[in-house]
Amino acid sequence: MALETSVIQKKLIENFGLKVSDFFQQHDIFTFEVASDSIVEVMKFLRDDATLRFNFLTDLCGIHYPDYEKERQFAVVYHMHNWMDNVRIRIKCYLDGDKPEIDSVTGLFLSSNWQERETYDFYGIIFKGHPQLKRILNMDEMTSFPLRKEFPMEDSGRTDKDDRFFGRTSQNC
Amino acid sequence: MSDLLLSPEHRYAKEIEKRRNEDGSELSILNLGPTHPATHGIFQNILLMDGERILDGEGTVGYIHRAFEKIAENRPFYQITVLTDRMNYCSAPINNMGWWMTLEKALGIEVPKRVQYLRVIIMELARIADHIICSSVMGVDTGALTGFLYVFQFREKIYEIYEEICGARLTTNMGRIGGFEREWSPEAFKKIDAFLEEFPPIWKEFENLLTRNRIFMDRTIGVGAISAEKAISYGFTGPNLRAAGVDYDVRVMQPYSSYEDFEFNIPVGKHGDTYDRFCVRNAEVWESLSIIRQALAKLPEGPFHADVPDYYLPPKDEVYHNMEALIYHFKIVMGEVPVPLTEVYHPVEGGNGEVGFYLITDGSRTPYRLHFRRPCFIYYQAYNDMVRGQMLSDAIATLSSLNVIAGELDA
Repeated sequence: MALETSVIQKKLIENFGLKVSDFFQQHDIFTFEVASDSIVEVMKFLRDDATLRFNFLTDLCGIHYPDYEKERQFAVVYHMHNWMDNVRIRIKCYLDGDKPEIDSVTGLFLSSNWQERETYDFYGIIFKGHPQLKRILNMDEMTSFPLRKEFPMEDSGRTDKDDRFFGRTSQNC
Repeated sequence: MSDLLLSPEHRYAKEIEKRRNEDGSELSILNLGPTHPATHGIFQNILLMDGERILDGEGTVGYIHRAFEKIAENRPFYQITVLTDRMNYCSAPINNMGWWMTLEKALGIEVPKRVQYLRVIIMELARIADHIICSSVMGVDTGALTGFLYVFQFREKIYEIYEEICGARLTTNMGRIGGFEREWSPEAFKKIDAFLEEFPPIWKEFENLLTRNRIFMDRTIGVGAISAEKAISYGFTGPNLRAAGVDYDVRVMQPYSSYEDFEFNIPVGKHGDTYDRFCVRNAEVWESLSIIRQALAKLPEGPFHADVPDYYLPPKDEVYHNMEALIYHFKIVMGEVPVPLTEVYHPVEGGNGEVGFYLITDGSRTPYRLHFRRPCFIYYQAYNDMVRGQMLSDAIATLSSLNVIAGELDA
């Protein structure tokens, strides 16, 4: 691996200071957290810097953490990949539980357009500056955000299944 | 409110009105889909047409969205393969194996070399099946039905091999954590040998039929081209990216399941057009055949699954006669297996590009979050950009060359 993760960490801290934090290696991917207000700058830097060269946005998705403190109840996760040195990184941005908002990265990577729409569709995370932020997989008339944890998967009126008999409660399944 | 948030019909109605007043031209709206035979799946494109030429378009997807990510959060780990089958159903075993490898990475399981080789064989067969469909259907969409009927019998042969290995054909649900559910039968190997014998001459003939065919070349060269820079920005991976001249392949960049043991080339195109995508897929079939031959030749002896009693179901006979096995069986079926608190991302090279599994566990019986990186979903957004300014018939050819699988598009 030509590009050491310590170099990535050093360069990011030099340029963004406290906006980037919690660096650690998780399995084969170097992971860190970015303050949600500076995601566009950080990703632009990661993409354009001559040594970092993270040229590819592999994946973008949301996560809901209803049990965390209010400022960290949503997360948007970006996977980036440097094809020249073959290094992957994972960036996490935590968002406010009541008002999940983050800047859109559509200006940097065209592929983020639909992925951000998908994340909005399922989590209700608002991507500011997105050109066409509307639902994509669910129907337009839908009012809820189905991948949030409070959204039940099955019809709550079902009586033919009682999971308590199998040692399952709402906590462990 | 931005104009783009309006439904495309309303947006285009305005445009039509405007152009009529400006220069008297008569634009029209065309619905390509949702059930158009040439879309090979259910998705809609609303196109603004000037005669035969496409001025703009907007895709509507989600017609077969089945909420896999939500379902996955409520199913024990071993019940999630059936969801991965139904994404890219043309090459289901690749998704199955990708999912098991993701889990094995999260659980820290090392699988025996034999299992890794068997996985390579089945994944490459699946890739061939996927490319057979895409390439031959491209012939159909440009007016050549013969090649399709001719090579399609070999997809059937591949399905018979699946059947021999796991009992199912299309949605295979193949494998277990740590390996396969049973040893591959001699019949399976016989069928693979027969396939390797019979298929190459037919594929050669198929290539002869189309690759230098004047009509086919005229219909596909320069059609739906995309530059390498744009393809990367749009998140292209797999054959569609390689057709634009970028040799990115997960099998080489981040070898999984012992791909590093095999010699193979990564075919690349130059112009990123429909013809190049066709040629890249055809060339990949030859590479896949070569990988299968190498894997069969080097196939090590050994068990067909890893020794992980916590996760791998014991043989039925032992479950009936041995208490230990019964306990394991019960725990696995009920999903009460030890799972560490972790996050993993595992990519595999699917038929259409990088299929990624992003798994977050919280120690419980189900994933906390499972996100599928579906290559179709990511690159299909480039479609309207690629067909803008082209003829309608070119749009059809472009669509079939992208190999958009509705199941993978919508999850």
